[in-house]
Amino acid sequence: METINAEIFTLTYGSMVRQLIADYEDVEEVNKQLDKMGYSIGQRLIDEFLAKSKTQRCADFRDAAEKIAKVGFRMFLNVTAAVTGWNAEGTECSLILEDNPLADFVELPEQLAGLKYSNLLCGVIRGALEMVNMEVECTFVRDVLQGDDANEMRLKLLSSSTETYPFKDE
Amino acid sequence: MFQSKYGSTGIVDKPFRPGKQEVALSAFAYLFSELVQYCQSRVSNISELERKLDEVGHGVGLRLLEVLAYRERGQRRETRLLDMLKFVHSTLWRYLFGRQARDLEQSNTAEDEYMISDTGGVPREMGHLNPAAFVAGIVRGTLDGAGFPARVTAHYVPVPGQPRPKTVILMKFQNYQAIMQRDKQQ
Repeated sequence: METINAEIFTLTYGSMVRQLIADYEDVEEVNKQLDKMGYSIGQRLIDEFLAKSKTQRCADFRDAAEKIAKVGFRMFLNVTAAVTGWNAEGTECSLILEDNPLADFVELPEQLAGLKYSNLLCGVIRGALEMVNMEVECTFVRDVLQGDDANEMRLKLLSSSTETYPFKDE
Repeated sequence: MFQSKYGSTGIVDKPFRPGKQEVALSAFAYLFSELVQYCQSRVSNISELERKLDEVGHGVGLRLLEVLAYRERGQRRETRLLDMLKFVHSTLWRYLFGRQARDLEQSNTAEDEYMISDTGGVPREMGHLNPAAFVAGIVRGTLDGAGFPARVTAHYVPVPGQPRPKTVILMKFQNYQAIMQRDKQQ
């Protein structure tokens, strides 16, 4: 895949977040907007992922989470995430992101303690999975920028359906 | 800079990552398209949209200058106008686009105007938005940070015999006389 210098990406993201903060003046609104942007990115990104990753159809949610962490993150952000913390039913897990390219050069001032700086990623995952019939909830639960020891996204499967014949042709 | 509230190492104390990290170009494309869409939702006309993109680019340029001055220039930053222009034309351009810009020239009509031109642009049918406003913002931020405040705008100039126009980044320096004066004293 064609690549671009990661710093330009990082700085552009940072500048965009600052613009959002300036426009909305409310951290919660910014979180929401970032998620929304990520969601619409995810909806489009999935196509490219399916076309270029040459992976097989995911058997279950466990499989899907692994693919996101190992193939998806590698493909677009050139990092990988670890999948841990499965619940017994296999419907909830955590993605641990050791290296977060969005957050390079970033330090949050105290008044932005509620900001989920990388919330875009949650939106991307949610949007992408929705396009393959998995409805998930994705939230940042730990963020290095907020003083936590790791970046952790909690992924929760709400519902999934397999496409069955006859396919709806809309 | 300010001290982080989390422990003793603030961001400026952390080691500077030397290597070149890369991400997928499409990841940037998705981000940029979201950015444009977002900006579009907040404005009512094209020139406001371009101003908004310019604003975001400015933040990028300001920081890029610092990164580049540390990494590529061994903690040095240009202080003369011509050197700074060359820096934008070659170092910054190579960093952004992987190659130098095509031309760097001084305007014939006004001595405080310089132009960097490069190939490529969006076809006219795509509406009147010029996404290069973002690049203009980056250039403006870089120049600003180096102490050369300028008005920077992006234009499309049709090239005879070519289907695609070229992009011209026009820089009009403020206080040009003072800059020249400063150049002489160095």
